[in-house]
Amino acid sequence: MASAGASAQSEGQAVLTRQLTKRYGSRLALDGLDLEVGHGEVFGFLGPNGAGKTTFVKLLLGLGRPSSGTGQLLGRRLGDRSARAQVGYLPELFRYQGWLRAREVLTLHCRLGGLPEAGFPEEVGRSLELVGLAGRGEDQVATFSKGMQQRLGLAVALLGSPRLVVLDEPTSALDPVGRHDVRELIRRLRQEGVTVFLNSHLLSEVELLCDRVAVVDRGRVLAQGALADLLSGEGPRVRCRDLPGDGLPGFGALRRDGEWVSIPGLDSSRTPELVAAIVAAGGRVYQVDEGRQSLEDRFLQLLERA
Amino acid sequence: MNWRPVEIIAGLTAQELLRRRLVHALLLLTALVLALTGWGFSRIPHLHLGGELLTPQLAKLAAAQLLLLVMFMFSFVVGLTAAFLAAPAVAGELESGVALAVLARPISRAEYLLGRWLGLALPLLAYVALSASVEFWLVAVGTGYAPPDPVGAEAALAGQGLVLLTLTLALSTRLSAMTSGVVAVVVFGAMWVAGVAGAFGSAFHNTAISAVGTVSHLLVPSDGLWRAAVYEIQPKLFASASLSRVGSPFSATSGATPAYLVFAGGWVLLVLALAVLSLHWREV
Repeated sequence: MASAGASAQSEGQAVLTRQLTKRYGSRLALDGLDLEVGHGEVFGFLGPNGAGKTTFVKLLLGLGRPSSGTGQLLGRRLGDRSARAQVGYLPELFRYQGWLRAREVLTLHCRLGGLPEAGFPEEVGRSLELVGLAGRGEDQVATFSKGMQQRLGLAVALLGSPRLVVLDEPTSALDPVGRHDVRELIRRLRQEGVTVFLNSHLLSEVELLCDRVAVVDRGRVLAQGALADLLSGEGPRVRCRDLPGDGLPGFGALRRDGEWVSIPGLDSSRTPELVAAIVAAGGRVYQVDEGRQSLEDRFLQLLERA
Repeated sequence: MNWRPVEIIAGLTAQELLRRRLVHALLLLTALVLALTGWGFSRIPHLHLGGELLTPQLAKLAAAQLLLLVMFMFSFVVGLTAAFLAAPAVAGELESGVALAVLARPISRAEYLLGRWLGLALPLLAYVALSASVEFWLVAVGTGYAPPDPVGAEAALAGQGLVLLTLTLALSTRLSAMTSGVVAVVVFGAMWVAGVAGAFGSAFHNTAISAVGTVSHLLVPSDGLWRAAVYEIQPKLFASASLSRVGSPFSATSGATPAYLVFAGGWVLLVLALAVLSLHWREV
């Protein structure tokens, strides 16, 4: 399914899609989605409910078929068996065999994942420990709370040291402690060089964790890039009085908006220099706005524009 | 096709039957039925007719008639059990989301479905073999009557179970668990009624009605296999014209031909292949 061009480009990509489209009858769930996720990145996939986030994840893992377009997962076509062997997946709808014990669910996934049988007990114990379920391995899954089932789902996703971990709303059922634990877990995965594809609409979570993000709505990518670039906004602004002239030495032409002045295109890292130049020119500074947007502001702005 | 995932899913499916205590319940109830029918059969040689003890010949004939009734009940148990087991086996996991995590693993849809089928089919076959063998033994001990071909009868009954199991599993790749089960049971009943109608048609030499039975036996071979089982259970005497031309579902004029058995086997394989294709193209 993937083109030769996509194959050549994907060598450095954990996930690559080109014009990925999915239709359900007359409804367009994904509309020509182009996405790239590099190896070792923590990638945030953001969007409102019904934006197509889960549909995209299912296409990546071969749980659904694209209507058109191409894609690759770990350098192989979407849904490829050997690629899936290297992926850990926590579905949004996390349900496991309630009649099994937690340890048995994990052993089942060790078997399905083709891990060496001799290492099962150690691997199961390690993943239970990682998600805070050590000591609960012998409990029947049906007795678990929703949060504990989500932790179990995380443990399933972490089995066998996957190269890519796909987490679809991984903290939806967790309490604040659980959310903190998941954040720590994702940071740990990043340190180990594991690629994390985080599908979420919890913006604060994504802002804290992700290197790069894509914002999607109605099946289209509205913006994609490094988080810092996406949130850079329109540069720093300074509210000041008594500043003479229309320019500043070393900065060029000033833009004025009442008491607010700014330099078009100025990087927020130069904010202290700008303040110093204004003061040196005789201006009295009352307020400084670094100009960096919050992810929530940027997200809402992108959705409004769309 | 990799057999390891098939084995894993088959083992998981069989384990589920045990853990959910379905095997325990079925075996306990079957043991009760076997005990009751065994006691009943053992009383037949002690029955009187016109103040005289039944002759051994009459006792065997009575035992054969009653055995057909008991096996008819078993055939319904096997058919309905197959439908109830298979209906949620795939549809239930798709509806609940359990299948998401499993199918994201390196396993093909064909391996998953075949694993589910084997995990249900093998326990069902074991149940048929065990329960029917014990029933035949009890009848033989109690009355002296032994079916002409008990193994053939068990194979036909097991085949009927496999037909229903495979049909329901195929339906459950597209329909909900509840709908799959209901549709399969209705088809089972309809084929049985069509088989009875066909037998009546044959008895009264009505070609059109007779064709209903023939078509039903080709469409879904559940009743065709039941009649094959009946032929192997009943005394050869029953197959004679005078006793079998009543269109009864408890008698058969002839056994299944080898061609029909091959057809039934092919039918199961074809429906299983369709189920695999159906699941393969389905969105999860």
